[in-house]
Amino acid sequence: MAASSVNPGSAATGLSNAAISATGLVKWFGQGEARTLAVREVSMEANFGEMLYIVGPSGSGKTTLLSVLSGILRPDAGSVTVEGSDIWKLSSDKLADFRLHKIGFVFQDYHLFPRLTTAENVAIPLILKRVSWSDAIQEAKKYLEVVGLRTRADLPPVKLSGGEQQRVAIARAIAGKPDILIMDEPTASLDGDTGHAIVSFVKQNVLNDKRCILIVTHDSRIYGLATRILKMEDGRLVSIEKGDVS
Amino acid sequence: MRGILKLAYKLLVNDKAKFTALLVGITFAVFLMVAMTSLFAGVLYRASATVINLGASVWIMDPSVQTVANTIGIPDYVLDAVRSMQGVNYAVPVYTGGALVKRSDGFYQAVNVVGLDDTSLFGRPQLLNGKIEDIYAENGFLVVKDTEFSKLNNPAVGTEFELNDHRGVVVGIAKVASSGLFGVPTLYTTYYRALQYIPNPRFTISYVLVEPKSPADVAKIKKQAQALGYLALTKDEFMTKISDFYMFQTGLGMNLLIMTIMSFIVGLSISGQTFYTFVLENLEKFGALKAIGSKSRELIATILFQASFTALTGYGLGVGLCAGTIALAKMRLPDYAAMIMFWNLALAFGMVVVIAAVSGYFGVRKVLQIEPFDIFRG
Ligand SMILES: Nc1ncnc2c1ncn2[C@@H]1O[C@H](COP(=O)(O)OP(=O)(O)OP(=O)(O)O)[C@@H](O)[C@H]1O
Ligand SMILES: [Mg+2]
Repeated sequence: MAASSVNPGSAATGLSNAAISATGLVKWFGQGEARTLAVREVSMEANFGEMLYIVGPSGSGKTTLLSVLSGILRPDAGSVTVEGSDIWKLSSDKLADFRLHKIGFVFQDYHLFPRLTTAENVAIPLILKRVSWSDAIQEAKKYLEVVGLRTRADLPPVKLSGGEQQRVAIARAIAGKPDILIMDEPTASLDGDTGHAIVSFVKQNVLNDKRCILIVTHDSRIYGLATRILKMEDGRLVSIEKGDVS
Repeated sequence: MRGILKLAYKLLVNDKAKFTALLVGITFAVFLMVAMTSLFAGVLYRASATVINLGASVWIMDPSVQTVANTIGIPDYVLDAVRSMQGVNYAVPVYTGGALVKRSDGFYQAVNVVGLDDTSLFGRPQLLNGKIEDIYAENGFLVVKDTEFSKLNNPAVGTEFELNDHRGVVVGIAKVASSGLFGVPTLYTTYYRALQYIPNPRFTISYVLVEPKSPADVAKIKKQAQALGYLALTKDEFMTKISDFYMFQTGLGMNLLIMTIMSFIVGLSISGQTFYTFVLENLEKFGALKAIGSKSRELIATILFQASFTALTGYGLGVGLCAGTIALAKMRLPDYAAMIMFWNLALAFGMVVVIAAVSGYFGVRKVLQIEPFDIFRG
């Protein structure tokens, strides 16, 4: 186990293959008495080809960190660099474009639209990217094929099981061809076997050397699938649970 | 953007229960509003029936006249003065007033009598039956065949009656453009016979009807009439004056205003609230869209599209429903006084735009406030 002083976030290899890198991230919440420091001076890198886990006790700041990294929560200090530029210096429209083109989100409770079909749900990032409706639906069906739900394309998501809905959410997240896939507690609402199967599926079918997957989890049953695991405690990255220190 | 609007459309229309509630609210409000205002428009038009039917371009009257039904007598010298005015092609007197008819079965019926200028018969109605010259025959009257016709027991040419204890005989059945507002039959006769049959104060001319030499002369005629102490109005001005009287000097206008505001409030509160709930229920999804990467202006477009689509659909349904109802009513009651006019539609449209704008505004505000981080955290 590494000492916390050696910046546990930096990647194992010395080569710069970083999909995303962060330095000195700080995030406060609240005002006055209730003011809490959720993320303190976090620096880290995640590389292409990595399936990186962030683990740690509840309230340690994992979700907050993931949100800052993915461009949905503005840090109070520090920078997040993707392709050489600091995403937090972008205008809000440019930041939205960054998320649309570079990031794929799998939300913990999926947030699928109940009144759209499964295929339409998956097509959303494509439609936001101005792909025509019919092309977007065609493309979406390909991704449903990837997650093994091609036959459910025209059903509303509520007709699917929890695990299937999770796969729809994954299909939606990867339909926009993101460089970085973000998953917060992907197994939280699934039983153990299904959870493991999903993450393993993602590792086999979604991870490649042009992509990076960031997963926040409590679930030790899936630790075996990670290429690297960082541990957070009280807003800090404290150790590397798996993988090497440079 | 088209894909995004299609998405907006599906999110709205696929929520059938809410979409129906939204449409019902707007349709109902538009229906109420168009129905009421068009009924009012019909009533106002009827109130000007005499002006429309006599068809003169310029009407000269006492300045105190408020509606065509309440005449104020004009002395004969005014007619002569008008005839010698600059720009007047010709001018004729007309008499209008009320009288009592005793029908052959002995029952009384109030009527409106129009006395046309003896020499020109200016303003005479179209005859369905009989000859116009017979109006000069002894005791000759024309009866207008409108919804009130039956109140005189459906007379025919030759039917006799008593009018203010004078003998009268029907010499023609006539047709006019607009029936009156007051539910009494209308008789036409000559100006002098009208004066003989109906007791009158000193001044007997109700209006002097004028045909100017050219439309450009109207202004001149107005000035000269004013110099005489009288008021000259064009047909349209007179109709507006009559409408204004009913609108502003009777309870009619205020009641209409109240009802219109009520239907507006009902429509706004039903649709506005439903739309707001719709947005609230979808708030998390909008937040997810935001996280995925949709821009504020795309979200605004989505909400505004949904609000306007609902409003316009409701508007179409409401207007259609109202037109259908009026058509149906007119099939049963040919004389049903309702008219859908441009201003009815414009007013309802304005109302619907306000409903869409208000609902859209609150929806947009809510959606712009939502933090994708809160959605992400679950
Ligand atoms: N919007 C907020 N307002 C105030 N405090 C917040 C807010 N969001 C998070 N926090 C606080 O920040 C800290 C980190 O929260 P965060 O959700 O990142 O933890 P976490 O590691 O993801 O926990 P869990 O494993 O329970 O999901 C917590 O103390 C939390 O109470
Ligand atoms: Mg969390």
